[in-house]
Order: sequence, then structure tokens, then C-alpha cells
Amino acid sequence: MAIIRDMIPAFELFQPTSADDAIELLVRYDGDGWVLGGGMDSFDWWKERIKRPTAVVDLVNVASLQGISVTADGVEIGAMTTLTEVATHPELVANYSVLTEAASQIATPQIRNRGTLAGNLAQDTRCWYYRGGWPCYRAGGNTCYASAPTAMNREHAILGTNRCVAVSPSDTAPALIALDAQFVIQGPSGERVVDAEDFFMGPAKDIERMTVLDSDELLTTIRIPSTWAGASFYYEKVEDRKAWDFALMTVATAARLSGGVIEDIRIAVNGAAPVPLRLEASERIVRGQAASEQTGMQAGEAAIQGAQALRHNDYKIPLMRNLVRRAIRGTEA
Amino acid sequence: MELWRSAANPWGQEVLVGISWDLMWAAVIGGLVFVAAHAVWAKWIMPAASGDSGGGSSIAGLPAQVLRHAMSERVFHWGMSAAMLVLLVTAFAPVMGIQFAWVTIHWVAGIFLTVMIAYHMVHATFFQDFWAMWVEGKDIKAGIAEIKHMIGRNGTEVPKAAKYPIDHKMFHHGAAVSGLAAIVTGIFMMLRLETPFWTANPYMLSDSAWGVMYVVHGVSGVALIALVITHIYFAIRPDKWWITKSMIYGTISSEKYVENHDPSRWAIAGVSSPEEEPVLAGVGASASSEPAAEGGLGDAGDSGSEAGPVAGADESSSDDSDDEWASEVGGSD
Repeated sequence: MAIIRDMIPAFELFQPTSADDAIELLVRYDGDGWVLGGGMDSFDWWKERIKRPTAVVDLVNVASLQGISVTADGVEIGAMTTLTEVATHPELVANYSVLTEAASQIATPQIRNRGTLAGNLAQDTRCWYYRGGWPCYRAGGNTCYASAPTAMNREHAILGTNRCVAVSPSDTAPALIALDAQFVIQGPSGERVVDAEDFFMGPAKDIERMTVLDSDELLTTIRIPSTWAGASFYYEKVEDRKAWDFALMTVATAARLSGGVIEDIRIAVNGAAPVPLRLEASERIVRGQAASEQTGMQAGEAAIQGAQALRHNDYKIPLMRNLVRRAIRGTEA
Repeated sequence: MELWRSAANPWGQEVLVGISWDLMWAAVIGGLVFVAAHAVWAKWIMPAASGDSGGGSSIAGLPAQVLRHAMSERVFHWGMSAAMLVLLVTAFAPVMGIQFAWVTIHWVAGIFLTVMIAYHMVHATFFQDFWAMWVEGKDIKAGIAEIKHMIGRNGTEVPKAAKYPIDHKMFHHGAAVSGLAAIVTGIFMMLRLETPFWTANPYMLSDSAWGVMYVVHGVSGVALIALVITHIYFAIRPDKWWITKSMIYGTISSEKYVENHDPSRWAIAGVSSPEEEPVLAGVGASASSEPAAEGGLGDAGDSGSEAGPVAGADESSSDDSDDEWASEVGGSD
């Protein structure tokens, strides 16, 4: 493992006051710029001297990226809104509690006070072979150390792997996928909007990236439509200890029930694959069915189709099946 | 510009991890510059025809249409071309920033190409004239004469070619070396991927050996970029359409045969071959100076119509009968 050093290599620090200025800086540094949100992910990289950006664009002064606003069609959350604000906002607590529950279970109060929603979504994977600076696929090399027969891969993926087996560590991602959120991305050529599940990029497409964000783009806003406001939600995070830990797996659902029957539902899981997964096969199975143990079992079995364990993460297969089952059943066992 | 990428492996050894992507751009730019330079040269600088048609305008007993490529060769050529284009696009488009799930498409196309090449090697070695692609002393002399002609020494007499002129043979050998290197290294690289046929094994070679595999694969790939660009350019040049069309319909006209080929080096069965001094081409080693509107395909089509039963009947014949006919007229290599 790399040794954390006290000194961070020098870089140019910019603190623009608008998203346009920030993007202009990112264009100027053409891939050598680094977007700094809360810094919860960034400082590890810099202190370990594995990532050495030429310029850091700190978004702390960009007011347009801050805060939560209720709109006619739901809620808009600025990318730099802290996780604490997300977890405690009255509108979110009242109508989108799957997100507030997810945000409130991230790390520690101190980290939630500094960490931002966009940072939680766009943070890099926690695979320690990659973060240790080894030349794996994701770091531009030609091998995956985490899938070696002797590798420590308890936290890695069981689905959707393609050479790289690292997973996204975001806790809020499955909640936002369940809420059918949209992410607004601003770049030098304008604005584009992507669905939450399309924001993440798997290794089959680009093994060196976690998201669709280009090096000169910013995630500016998270839009949550009112479609699922006040729906029945379920969120569960499984971790080795109940605080200050990354998830082994999370599940989030948003459902509309009528007389105990699931009329519509969105199910998302993270920690199972390199990207947060929306479980459409399971959704199809449970629509029109009673929210029962049996329906949950069927959905759970569908969820793990194609799963393939590494040496130390076979527990994730029954874990995923049971999380989906419990989410459908709507109560923890 | 860097030539390759290297990194320190977990044991602190500096190992190769692949080629520098600068080489990809160098191959693209190099190929396009060559194409542009040749196009300029051909349009404004190319020496005028000497007017010596050499070899006479007709040979007794020569059919109106001469088979140049049997059906089996044409199917191979176009199948291999499709696989090669798929491989190049799936390999390099993601590097250029066009993101899609390319890995599976790439290795499936690689398997298809491998099967096609294996078939070609067996077919060309045991069922065709293996030496038709061999570079002989006469080819080298013809090549030197053609270069002299190209650089403006109009008086240089360029001998006519055998079935394949020297530039075709050199392209074939360049593509063969690059293609085989890419296939052999590609097969090894496939062993690192999870496929329906085997479980991935990334550790059968050392890091440094894998690095060499990746570099050879990459160098072969970028060489093929340049080769394919130039090949497509010559295939679509109007003065080469008669050759390109022979790869579609199989035949060339007797006029093109007489103009460009030495009957003593590419004999047509049943046709008396004049044994005499080397036959000289009218303009370089090929018919490249002949305006497209005047020669080549139009003439071939006319001749074909006149020939009627000889060429026309064989166009629609099966591969076997094509080969049979080819052997009758000495056209199959």
C-alpha cells in the first residue's frame, strides 16, 4: 500500500465564482485540471501522490451550485450541496426520504458536513489496488490485480465486470436512480441532461472512468421529478460496521402500492457491479404482484442472474438476493 | 511523441503496458498525408504516358474476360475486410473518445478474422499457386523501373507485371505480417478475458511478457491503420477500379490483361504465350495513366457483353466451378 505523506505536491489553485469560469479553467488545463468539491476523495489521491493535477478548480465559491430548491416539477439540488443539507432538508425528508436516508448513512457527521452530493456521486472507486497506485486497467495499465486468485476482493463486483472488477462507492446513487433523477451536466459546448443510471460508466465502455463526465465538464444540478414524491421507499446499506464505512452493498426502491399490490416500482442496487444497477428484470417481475415474501424471492432470484463471484466475494450473491427480497417485502428481516 | 507506455508493477519493476496512443494518431496522419501526396502527384505531376502499349493489343485465343479472383478469394477478401474494419474501429474509436462497449465486439471479430486467415493460409498454400505472391527478381526490377518512371524519368521502360504487381505483393506481405502479429498476440490477450469458452487467466505470463504482447498488438494495429487507409484509397481511385471490380466480379477484361500483365508470367491456359523479351507496359507497371472514362471498367463491361457465354456464365457460377473455370483459363492462383 502507498504511504500517505503530509506534503501534497504543488498545484495551481483556482476558486472561480461561476460555473462558466470553472469550465473555462478546465478547458484551459485540458485534462490536467481537477474539480474540487468537498475534497473527501481528492485529498487521499493528492496525499498519496498518485494523482498530481496541474490545477485544482475549487467550486466552493460557485453560488449557483449550492442549495436545494423546490420546483413545480420536483426538487433541484445544487451539486455542491452538502450531504448534511441533503439529509436534513424538510422537503426531501417529507417526500423523498429514500435519498435523505441514504445521505444520512454516509460516513460520519464531519464528512457529511464537508462532502457534497456531486462528490458522493462522482467519487472514484475504492479498489485498493487501484488506489494504491498499481498499474491496473483503470490506471491505464493492462491487468486487474483485484481479480487475481490470491487477491483480496471481498468488496468487489459480482455482476457487469469487464476486466475491471471495482465498484462504485456511492451511497446516494441507488436512491437517485430509484427516484428517476436526472443529472445536469455543463460543459464548454453547453448543457446536457442524463438519467441517473446513465451517469455512471462501466469498464466495458471506458475502463478508466467512473462517469460520463468529460474532463472539462461539471455536474451542476440533480433534478428529482415529483413522479415518486411521497411514494413507498426502502433503503438499506450493508457495511462491515454501522458507521464510517463504505457500503458492501446498498439497495433502494421507490414503489407505488395499491391495496398491497405493487403498481409501479424502481429498484436500484450499488456495490454489486462497477456501476450502480437498476434492476429492470426484477421490476418487471414484481409489477402487479403483492408486496410479499414470495414476490421478493422471485425478484431476488432475477436480480442475481449472471452473477459470478471472485474468490472472496461469493457472499455478495445471497446478500444481493436477500436485499432485493427485503426491499420488496418492505421490511428488514 | 512517446512510443510506448510503461509503469512500475507491484514489485517495483518498470514494465511495458502498451503503445503510446500518439502512434495511433501518427498512423492516421501518416496514412492521410500519403494519400493526399499521392493524389496531388497523380493529378498534377504524374508523367505522361509513353504511348507504348507494349505486348500488342490482343492475344490469340484470349477470352474477353479473364478470371483474376475466384469466388472463394473474393468471399475471403470481403469477409476479412469487414472483420478488419470492425477490429480497427472497436480498437481505436474508444481511444479517440467515441465510447461504446467495444471489448466483446472486438474479440468476436478477432475470432472471425483468425478463422478467415487460417482458411486463406491453407487454401493459398495447398490449393492455389503459393508462389504467385512471392517477390521475384523481375518484380524488384519492375518496381525500380516504376519508381524511376514515377520520379519523372519518362524514358524508363517498365516491365509488365505477373498476376500481382510488386506494390500489391508488398502490401500483402505488410498486411500479412501485421495481421498475423495482431492475431497471435490477440489470442494471448483473449485468454485474459472472460468468454463463454474459458475462464480468464491474466497470470499465465509475467507482467513484462504481457507488456511485450500489448506493445506488439498495438504496433500491429497502428500499422494496419496506415495500410488500410492507403488500401482503401487505391481501391477507390478511378484508375484502379478495374482491379477493384475484379475483386467484386472476379474478372478483368482482356484489354486490361494485355495492357498490364506479362503473359509469360501470368499465363492463361489454352492461350499461346509469346516467349520473348520482357513485355513493357505502356505507362508504368499499371494502367494508372489511362483515364477512367476511357478504359478499364467500361471496356471490360463492353467486352464482357461481347464475350457473353465465356465470362458471363462464370460470374454466377459456384465457387468450385469458378475455380474449375479459373484453372481452365489459368486465372486462379
